[in-house]
Amino acid sequence: MPTLPAKKTSARLSRPAPELIFGDLWEFDPAPETADPKLKARYDLFINGQFVAPKSGKYFDSINPANEQKLAEIAQASAADVDAAYLAAKAAYDQVWGKLPGRERAKYLFRIARLLQDRAREFAVAETLDGGKPIKESRDFDVPMAAAHFFYHAGWADKLDYVAPGRRVAPLGVVGQVIPWNFPLLMLAWKLAPALAMGNTVVLKPAETTSITCLKLAEILQDAGLPPGVVNFVTGAGDVGAAVMNHPIPAKIAFTGSTEVGKIIMRSLAGTDKKMTLELGGKAANIVFDDAPLNQAVEGIVNGIFFNQGHVCCAGSRLLVHEPVAEQVLTKLKNRIKVLRVGDPLDKNTDIGAINSKEQLGKIASLVASGVKEGAELFQPACRLPTKGFYFRPTIFSGVSMSHRIAREEIFGPVLSILTFRTVDEAIEKANNTAYGLSAGVWTDKGSRILKMSTELKAGVVWANTYNKFDPTSPFGGYKESGFGREGGRQGLLDYCKLV
Amino acid sequence: MLARSPHAALRRLFDEVGTVDAVGIEERVAKYGTRSIKKAAKLWGLKLAASMVDLTTLEGKDTPGKVASLCQKALCPHDPELGVPQVAAVCVYPSMVKHARKALGSDTAVRIASVATAFPSGQAPLRTRLAEVKAAVGDGADEIDMVINRGAFLSGEFGVMQDEIRAVVEACGDATLKVILEVSELETYDNIRAASFLAMRVIREGDFIKTSTGKTSLNATLGNNQVMIEAIRDFYLDTGVSIAMKPAGGIRTAKQALTFLVAIKETLGDAWLNNARYRFGASALLNDLIRQMQKEKTGAYQAPYYFSEATESY
Repeated sequence: MPTLPAKKTSARLSRPAPELIFGDLWEFDPAPETADPKLKARYDLFINGQFVAPKSGKYFDSINPANEQKLAEIAQASAADVDAAYLAAKAAYDQVWGKLPGRERAKYLFRIARLLQDRAREFAVAETLDGGKPIKESRDFDVPMAAAHFFYHAGWADKLDYVAPGRRVAPLGVVGQVIPWNFPLLMLAWKLAPALAMGNTVVLKPAETTSITCLKLAEILQDAGLPPGVVNFVTGAGDVGAAVMNHPIPAKIAFTGSTEVGKIIMRSLAGTDKKMTLELGGKAANIVFDDAPLNQAVEGIVNGIFFNQGHVCCAGSRLLVHEPVAEQVLTKLKNRIKVLRVGDPLDKNTDIGAINSKEQLGKIASLVASGVKEGAELFQPACRLPTKGFYFRPTIFSGVSMSHRIAREEIFGPVLSILTFRTVDEAIEKANNTAYGLSAGVWTDKGSRILKMSTELKAGVVWANTYNKFDPTSPFGGYKESGFGREGGRQGLLDYCKLV
Repeated sequence: MLARSPHAALRRLFDEVGTVDAVGIEERVAKYGTRSIKKAAKLWGLKLAASMVDLTTLEGKDTPGKVASLCQKALCPHDPELGVPQVAAVCVYPSMVKHARKALGSDTAVRIASVATAFPSGQAPLRTRLAEVKAAVGDGADEIDMVINRGAFLSGEFGVMQDEIRAVVEACGDATLKVILEVSELETYDNIRAASFLAMRVIREGDFIKTSTGKTSLNATLGNNQVMIEAIRDFYLDTGVSIAMKPAGGIRTAKQALTFLVAIKETLGDAWLNNARYRFGASALLNDLIRQMQKEKTGAYQAPYYFSEATESY
């Protein structure tokens, strides 16, 4: 036990440069979350209210990226399964869901939201096992936010006469949706809730590596008594996604994922009359001015880039710092990321969990290597990583310029590129100098500057003195190659209806 | 011509030391509460917290007898078998210092802290306050807890505030000084950060800044603790001078204390995880720490009356 020093030292002379010691004086014991995720050994497709075996009879393994162990077998859908799903969705729309009054649809959505809350811990553990995100995030963010989206849209379902003032709205019919692996359950809720509230029926494909919570939600849909066929889940890789997108039945396609795939979808849908919402990649600028509260800005920068291992399309992956404070911000950032805890995602104290897949880990590593090669200065804390599983240290690059690959390409990992600027105009110019335009952050004490920046920045979301804040009432979506259409809020609902 | 209003003076100070975003600081500290401290880590943290307690009695009704029993508790908080460390200090009014010295003796690691400078308001002439400090040191106090002149701070007379602290530093001699900002009267996080810097610039390495007197409605919170330890960190990285920290008032449970220690671990690092750099001004806290240690050992919680000097009613 540390005790008082016998005598106070008064010498302030000839001391080494002051440094903080973030060592192992007080190591935390493991604190794993122990709730049972109640996984099945094998998950079938969810079509017409039933779990059905894929016509091919094939299954693929879903693994836990934290230890590379197999979690469950997931059905491999084929074009024929997708066809069956769409036929079920069409029948459900024509016969039941499209005719149901909004207040009746609302009851199902409220029920889904409450059942999800009831099983929140179970879902949080399943989400963490399947995707590798820290349990504190799935527990405190993903699952509660997914429930919040169902609640919010349940509230809208009987008030749709007011969603477009002066106009009437009608559902589109059947919609096809494909979601990514970074927020499996939350993206599912973002897509399902507005579609169902508006009176559409759905065929949805979760990401190949993260299908489990989607199929667990199917159990909740059954428990909620949702009429068969209103929601159908088909699982598999990109070919299944293509089948979902290119099928003739859906009136609308909604996709969240990479810009690369988004472009393929747009090409394949050109010439059809399908509506589309695309939420694609990002390379957001997080802009820190010299008058910002720097300690809190650093916190926001960390939250912006290391949340969910950086697997966030709106991650603040480009930090633009005002030159007068650049060095100070870098020092503070380094000290902050030294205390980030990387490791077992199920441990309640873990800040950065596992990278979602081996493939993604490889992509991050190669982009980081390019950053080093192109001359940016790399900093990583010396934290221990588990020997098995896919992990990557939180990484900061300083001395980055706009022509570096790490300043232009979406890394989708815990890697921050730091650039500097001198004037407001330069900050805006650099922030907008990207093919993307999903989100941005501004840190300053000056209110008028926030308003100016939010007008000038070509980004769907601009956060001021905070980052990565989400709410079901707030629309989310992008500019340019970050996609189009909005999710959440009134604007999100309007993308799931036609005005009549 | 520079504006001379108190507001302008504060504005210039904020520009110099930086501001605090209230929403941001509260989000930061909310994360400390989600840390899950188990088993050996918990026990270590509990013992560390116990060793950091400034066991306090600051009441008008204090008597030599009350102070003597407090000192006994400080020396031997519980059955030695449990391994509860001695607390860092006892904290009493100046008139009780000589009684505390008598109870503790001269050969002890437990230090005597005395509030002085017309605690808690500080509203007495400076010469009176300095005389009080000298008297307490003369009676055997190892540490002096002073209050700043909040009025001077709020009216932008930073020179007055700093000169008074300098005078108290001098009056302290070898005694350690703790400068109480009385955060609830400063009201904003910006002010707390600014006042921390003003104080740190005139005290010595190893001296403390302290949140509050415990005599106002709002005392130590994780938020103002965080603002102050970030100020200490920024000051240290800038000057190399390490200032110590003492949150006081309102920390009553072991769980709270562990959360404050997590804040230290993740903001100031290992060098501040000892009782020369961090203290808790508290009284009820000690028994809850002991109770949790007992629980770690036996697996069961004991009733409050198993612990001596329990301040809660039972």
